[in-house]
Amino acid sequence: MSHVAIADQEPHLHHPKTFIGKYIWSQDHKVIAIQYGCTAIFVGLIALALSVLMRLQLGYPDQFDFINPNSYLQFVTMHGMIMVIYLLTALLLGGFGNYLIPLMVGTRDMVFPYLNMLSYWFYLLSVIVLLASFFAPGGPTGAGWTLYPPQAILEGTPGVGSGIVLMLLSLAIFIVAFTMGGLNYVTTVLQARTRGMTLMRMPLTIWGIFTATILGLFAFPALLVSAIMMLFDTLAGTSFFMPAIVSLGEPLEHEGGSPILFQHLFWFFGHPEVYIVALPAFGMISDVLSVHARKNIFGYRMMVWAIVIIGGLSFVVWAHHMYVSGMNPYFGFFFATTTLIIAVPTAIKVYNWVLTLWRGNIHLTVPMLFAIGFIFTFTHGGLSGLFLGNVVIDLPLSDTFFVVAHFHMVMGVSPIMVLFAAIYHWFPLISGKQLHTGMGKIHFWGTFLGTYAIYLPMHYLGFLGVPRRYYALGDSSFMPESVHSMNEDITIAAIIVALFQLVFIYNVIWTLRKGPQSERNPWGAASLEWHTPDVPPAHGNWGDKLPTVYRWAYDYSVPGARKDFIPQCTPEEDVDYEPGGRKSHET
Amino acid sequence: MVIALIILGLVVVTILFHLFSPWWLTPIASNWQAIDTTIEISFWITGAVFIAVNVFLAWVVWRYRKHGNNKAHYEPENKSLESWLTIITTIGVVVMLTPGLIAWGKIINAPDDAQIAEAIGQQWQWTFRFPGDDGKLGGADARFVTPDNPFGLDPQDPDGQDDILVNSQRLHLPLNQSVKLYLRSNDVLHNFAVPQFRVKMDLVPGTETYQWFEPTREGEFDILCEELCGLAHYTMRGTVVVEPEEKFAQWLEGFPTFADTQVINNADLAAGKKLYANCAACHGADAAGNRQLNAPNLSILSADYMARQLRYYREGIRGAHPQDAIGKQMVGMASTVSQPEDERNLLAYIQSLPAIASSPTREGGNAKAGGAVFEVCVACHGAEGQGKGLLSAPRLAGQADWYLHRQLKLYSLGWRGKHTHDQFGTQMRFMTRTIQNPERLDDLLAYIATLAPQPSANLSVSSTGDDRP
Repeated sequence: MSHVAIADQEPHLHHPKTFIGKYIWSQDHKVIAIQYGCTAIFVGLIALALSVLMRLQLGYPDQFDFINPNSYLQFVTMHGMIMVIYLLTALLLGGFGNYLIPLMVGTRDMVFPYLNMLSYWFYLLSVIVLLASFFAPGGPTGAGWTLYPPQAILEGTPGVGSGIVLMLLSLAIFIVAFTMGGLNYVTTVLQARTRGMTLMRMPLTIWGIFTATILGLFAFPALLVSAIMMLFDTLAGTSFFMPAIVSLGEPLEHEGGSPILFQHLFWFFGHPEVYIVALPAFGMISDVLSVHARKNIFGYRMMVWAIVIIGGLSFVVWAHHMYVSGMNPYFGFFFATTTLIIAVPTAIKVYNWVLTLWRGNIHLTVPMLFAIGFIFTFTHGGLSGLFLGNVVIDLPLSDTFFVVAHFHMVMGVSPIMVLFAAIYHWFPLISGKQLHTGMGKIHFWGTFLGTYAIYLPMHYLGFLGVPRRYYALGDSSFMPESVHSMNEDITIAAIIVALFQLVFIYNVIWTLRKGPQSERNPWGAASLEWHTPDVPPAHGNWGDKLPTVYRWAYDYSVPGARKDFIPQCTPEEDVDYEPGGRKSHET
Repeated sequence: MVIALIILGLVVVTILFHLFSPWWLTPIASNWQAIDTTIEISFWITGAVFIAVNVFLAWVVWRYRKHGNNKAHYEPENKSLESWLTIITTIGVVVMLTPGLIAWGKIINAPDDAQIAEAIGQQWQWTFRFPGDDGKLGGADARFVTPDNPFGLDPQDPDGQDDILVNSQRLHLPLNQSVKLYLRSNDVLHNFAVPQFRVKMDLVPGTETYQWFEPTREGEFDILCEELCGLAHYTMRGTVVVEPEEKFAQWLEGFPTFADTQVINNADLAAGKKLYANCAACHGADAAGNRQLNAPNLSILSADYMARQLRYYREGIRGAHPQDAIGKQMVGMASTVSQPEDERNLLAYIQSLPAIASSPTREGGNAKAGGAVFEVCVACHGAEGQGKGLLSAPRLAGQADWYLHRQLKLYSLGWRGKHTHDQFGTQMRFMTRTIQNPERLDDLLAYIATLAPQPSANLSVSSTGDDRP
């Protein structure tokens, strides 16, 4: 029997009949995506509330009885960990990756639907274990999201008993979930693309998610082993990361371990993690910009290569998080150089986004507003990264508010702008309804301007030297009184931004309950996911026949064509050209 | 349309904010001008890119917004434009990176004639060590730490015998003399950072790191720990005092060598008993204190804690506030034992008395709620409030509650702990700020009262030796 590619095989989908089969123990990638998305947004809201609590303490020190140094560190730690792992990674890959991959490459589902389902349930379990630490004796860990030993597992740090153990367990479970999902994404992209969907015809969204998943599959194991090793150190008394120590007056049994080893393992995961979040965001924003500017993405091949190169380089820059860690100082030369090299492909992406808008026909829809906002915030965050990557500049700025401002601009605000652009953009596909534009615009302006009000001044406090992770700044001779009033203003801005997110939540609920049906493909997108027989797509996505792809995903405003977009699944002979019109760029 | 104007507006706001912001790098006080120069170069380049990209973005959004029947241009690629942008970006990166790498080459190689010193981090305090006449620091390791050897020096290493131990959070350094500062931690990660010096480096337990710099300006500068080191991370402060060479040398002479600290002095209890007669008038013959006379319970305190307080009284560090009448009394009394021998004998005698727990005098306060407040105190004062000699944290369990109440008040008023030479004052002042609410204070004291064993029970008090013989 000759080999039949997965993409050409007849579907063997088992269509569940019961409610539970359809929506709870579902193997449909779209349902799983929504499960991932809702869970991620739920924990994200908890992390948002934690950030408000933390800001209350910084803005108004000593005013709130329920925030002591322990709980402050717990808020900081849980906010960071939830946002990076349980919200951003889960929503971008588990949520959008799951939803979009099969639809955009033209397959009926993930290659391993059962594994996909398990992935979500393990993710949910990891979230439950994580949240359980809030109710454990001593509360969640307050070791900072980087969980550096020895401090993470010693007295003097909140949550040292069960908090840290639950955190490490939760991470380990999350990584299991990620691996099950990740293997699915990679295999599906490589093996299950529909006829005609060559790699260089894939939308950049898929390139971003695909590359990020590969990064994750290589990077998360480093976190897994470090979590397991730290569990051994704290539960079994091993000394992987623990040298001989006198902890709070008590000599410990540990001997011979290396705290810096943990940092290498953590950042070998941690830096690619930045791109695990950024690359899907890069991809999705490229598609949103292209659709709403009615113009092909500028320099598609360069964009693909930039994603791949950034992904590759992201594995050789990790120690730029460790310039002042006490590692061999000669590493500084290497890691500063690789880090600044990564700026080149990243800058190219920014140029190409702006050049996509250039000579376009820009529809200022809500997704487009978020996309333009993203270009601004990402440019700002990317440029401040050039300071921190340059090893000598990192010396004064490391562990100050500058770092906080930088990574929130580049890794907080920017991916969040993309996520909102993506939610507003794909909501009509997912739900059949379009989110309310007026509320969307209010949400955009509040979020965009509010976050800039938080983080622009924070960079300058960092230049001054205001340290991060301080429960209270106290009076230090180099900090003028204005630092404290600025901190107060930043807190107010943070609360306002948090309140604007309620507009979004209300918008989603209102739209789902009362919003009018959206038209099919309201934005006029050319990529495959908008061209399913049913909207929202039914189980199996494509009805009787898989689509065939004839062109790239960016045939917008093709000269001579009557409509301003040509769907990927439209063959050249079916394109409605004006008399004398010419053919598209690539067929 | 609006978004184009807003983007433009944000660029203008950003530039104005930069120009008028009161916050920028603190005036430099070291030789690392090269770091500031690299920052400035990066600032001009990234600033230009920021303005160029966003102004162009704003113009594009305004110019190519949907209006009428306009149609987008169809141009998938533009090789020459893409190449040019790549080349220009690469040049910008090289211009920023090169001065950075050159400066880094200098930062990691300390000059041979640098003054050697060591900063030791411990949750949540700084201490320092200088080499003696041999110019070499002796070996040290957390495994050697004992109450008599809190710095953890290798007792067998001859190089360490003449090392000068600075048991203070204040580090003096000579002006215009390069310093190679070794960094060592006995517990968790810390970071030695002085914003005005620009350089910073982690202290890593199990290994030794370093940084070097040359102080170029006289004055006092804050040392901050900038690696999260637990709940009181933010209180881990110290001070660098940069002063002329002669003053520095004079300052250093005031500290003992390691060998000095290892000498065991036998105390004369009989002489101590005689000296104690003065104290007994207020503190009682049993040293258990007297509320009417505002005298705290001494019988539960360790000798090194009392020695430090006596020194503080003598040196105007404690009890010096004009309104602190009770403190003033002690200033006079402390000066009567200014001879080290007298002080040693006196404290040895007090230590020989049985420890007696004071009875609670205060009413109200919810001990259960106070337990939650006490969680923050546990790290240093111990879960039972027993105090920890190695952390210089006095015993709280069994101490008179009215006294604790008054001290916490004094800390928050700044009558106690505000003096720059009070080694743990900053820490305690930060900590008392978390219990400003009178109700929480009552709860806390009620909880501490539950930690005390029955009155008159004998308590064991750890003696850890004087911190400054």
